[in-house]
Amino acid sequence: MEQLTTVDGIAVPILRINIDTDQITPGKELVRMRAEGAAASLFATWRYIGDREPNPDFILNRAPWSRAKILLADRNFGCGSSREHAPMALRDWGFRVVIAPSFGGIFYNNCFRNGLLPIEMPIEAIRGIAGQMEVAQGNANVSVNLEVQTVTAPDGTIVSFKTPTVLREMLLSGADEIDTTLARRDAIEAYRAGDRVNRPWAYRIA
Amino acid sequence: MKAPQTFFEKVWNDHVITTIGEGALLQIDRLFLHELTGCSAFEALEKLGRRPMCKDQVFGVLDHLITSRPGRGPDDSSSAAGSEMIRSMRRLAGEYGITFFDIDDPRQGIVHVVSPELGIALPGLTLVCGDSHTCTVGGVGALAWGIGTSECEHVLATQTLQQIKPGTMRIKYEGELAPGVFAKDMILYLIGKIGANGGIGYAVEFAGSAIRNMPVEGRMTVCNMAIEFQAKYGFVPADDRTFDYLKGREFAPKDKAWDAAVEYWRSLATDAGAVFDKEVEIDCAEIEPQVTWGTSPQQVVGIGGSVPAPAGFADPGARMQVERALEYIRLAPGTRLDGVPIDAAYIGSCTNARLSDLREAAAVLDGRKVAAGVKAICVPGSSLVKKAAEAEGLDRIFRAAGFEWHESACAMCASQAGRIFADMRVISTTNRNFEGRQGPGTRTHLASPVTVAASAIAGRISDIRRIGA
Repeated sequence: MEQLTTVDGIAVPILRINIDTDQITPGKELVRMRAEGAAASLFATWRYIGDREPNPDFILNRAPWSRAKILLADRNFGCGSSREHAPMALRDWGFRVVIAPSFGGIFYNNCFRNGLLPIEMPIEAIRGIAGQMEVAQGNANVSVNLEVQTVTAPDGTIVSFKTPTVLREMLLSGADEIDTTLARRDAIEAYRAGDRVNRPWAYRIA
Repeated sequence: MKAPQTFFEKVWNDHVITTIGEGALLQIDRLFLHELTGCSAFEALEKLGRRPMCKDQVFGVLDHLITSRPGRGPDDSSSAAGSEMIRSMRRLAGEYGITFFDIDDPRQGIVHVVSPELGIALPGLTLVCGDSHTCTVGGVGALAWGIGTSECEHVLATQTLQQIKPGTMRIKYEGELAPGVFAKDMILYLIGKIGANGGIGYAVEFAGSAIRNMPVEGRMTVCNMAIEFQAKYGFVPADDRTFDYLKGREFAPKDKAWDAAVEYWRSLATDAGAVFDKEVEIDCAEIEPQVTWGTSPQQVVGIGGSVPAPAGFADPGARMQVERALEYIRLAPGTRLDGVPIDAAYIGSCTNARLSDLREAAAVLDGRKVAAGVKAICVPGSSLVKKAAEAEGLDRIFRAAGFEWHESACAMCASQAGRIFADMRVISTTNRNFEGRQGPGTRTHLASPVTVAASAIAGRISDIRRIGA
C-alpha cells in the first residue's frame, strides 16, 4: 500500500455538502477507467463539456489549482456508492489529502487503501484555509503531517486532527493490510475452532 | 448480571477474532461478489498469487454490468469493457470454485435481492459485498455492509476485515401508516428529517410497532436506504416474521441445525434497557407519500409539497448544493411536485423490485394505460422474482399497461444502461437521485412503487391517494 507521512501543496476548495461518489467518479466512467486510467474519470460530469472537452469554469481545470494535492470539501464528502474508483481517481489525479467536516463511511475506509488521507475538521477551520487559498489565488501552501496529526494553514495557523490508530499506522507504514491480518493467523484459527462449535450453521453451507 | 446489550453489540462481539488498536479483526461469514467490483477484487488477488481462504463462504452473481434487455446474451453489456468484466468474473468464479449464479442460472438477480431470497443472508451473520446497498439484507437481521474493492480482496484472502466499531442508533417508527404510504416513504421521510449525513458513524437498528408489523420485504426496503443517510449498517433484528420468511430457503440451515440457529438468533434481540448512543422516533401518522425534488435523497418532500428556494438555506455549503441541484433538475423554487410532467417511469433496483413491490404497482396499473409518450420499464429484482410474478400474471398487467418487462439486473439504477433515460425526467423506485445516476442528464425523482405506477399513468408526478389503487 502507498505510504504517506507529510504532504505540502496547494489546497483547492470545493465547498458543497454531500458530494457523492457518483460525482467523484460517475457510473459511466467505472468501466471506461480500465482503459483510460483513473485520473481521467475524476469529477467527469463537472470537469468536461460533452465527452472530454475541459470545462474552463471548473476549478481543477485552472492553474495553479490543477496542481493541488489537498482537497477542501464540505460535510458528507464521498457519500453514496462503495466504489473504490472514487479515492483511486482522486489519488491518480494527484490528491493526497481530502479535508472535510465528515465523510461517507465506506469512502473514508477506502481512502486509506489508496494512499489518500481523509482528515475530519470543523467547517469553520476549513473555510479559514479556503479563504487564505483564495486570497493567494492558489499560490500558497498547506502542510499536513500525519505523524503528529496537524494541518498548517498558509498563515501558519495549526489545526490538529485525529485518525483511528489502526488506519493511521496503515498509511504511515504503507504495510500490506492482508499481511498484517495473516500475521494473526493463530488467533484466526483459534477463533474459528470455537466458533464452528457455537455457530456451525454459519459455516455449513447447504 | 450482564449489562443489557443491543443486537449490534452482541453480533459484533461474537465476530471479534482479536482487537487491533481501537479496531477489531472481524470474522466475515459471507462475501458476495458481483462483476463490477468483484471482478477487480478477484483480479487483484490473482495478481498476487493468493487464493480465497474460505471459498465455501463466497458467492458471486452477475447484475451490475449485464444488460436487462429481454433476450440478452451471456456477456451483453452497454460497453465492450463491461462484457470483458463479465467474462473475467465468470472465469475467476469458476477457477476459484465459489458458488456463482451465472446469467442462465434461475437464481440470478440483483445481489441484495438474491442473498436473502436464497437464505445466504441469515440473522446474525456478517455479510459484506462490494456494494453500498449491502445493508439491504439487514432486513433479515444480518449485520451487512458495503465495502470497497481492497476490502473485498482482503476478505477473499482472509475471510476477515479490520474494522472500527461504530456507535449505535435506534430509529423507532411508531403508529400506523396512512393509506398510500409504504416502506419507501418511511425511509425517505426519515432521510429528509435527519439529513443525508445523519447516520455517519452509526450502526442503525430499525424498531417500533410499524417495523414489527412490517413484512420482511418492506424491512429490506427500509434497510436498503440506511446508507443514503450514511449509516453503513442498518438492520431489523430477526423475529418470527424473519424465521417464517427464511425457513426452507436453499442455503438456510435445515432440521436440527435450523432449530439451533433459531434459538441463537432469538438470543440476539436487543435486551430491554439496552442503551443506544442515539435515538430517533418517527410518528408514522405524519408520513405522506414522499417524492424527491433534488439530487440528494435528503432533498425530499411529501407529495403535496413544493420545491424550496435556495435562499431558505442559511448554511453556505447547503445553499450551494441546492442551487446546483435545481439547475440540474430544472425545477423552479415553489413548483409543486404533484403535477410535474415526467418522461419516464422506472420500477426496479435492490430497493423496490421484490415480489411485493411488483404486486403493489400492478394493483395500480391493472386495467390502466401508461400516459402517451412516457417510457415505462420494469426490471424485476431477481430471476426468481420475475418467474413468481409471471406465475401470477403480473407481467401481463405491466405489459398491457405499456411497461417494458425486462430480465433482472441493476440496469437503469446504476447508470450501466447507456442512454436509455438520457436527459429524461424519471420517476423511479430506486435509491439514488444523484446527478447522472440513471444516465447522462437524467433527472431522477425517487418514490414508492405505487407512486411511480400512479405517475406513469398520469404522465406527471401524482398522488396515489387521488388516483386510487
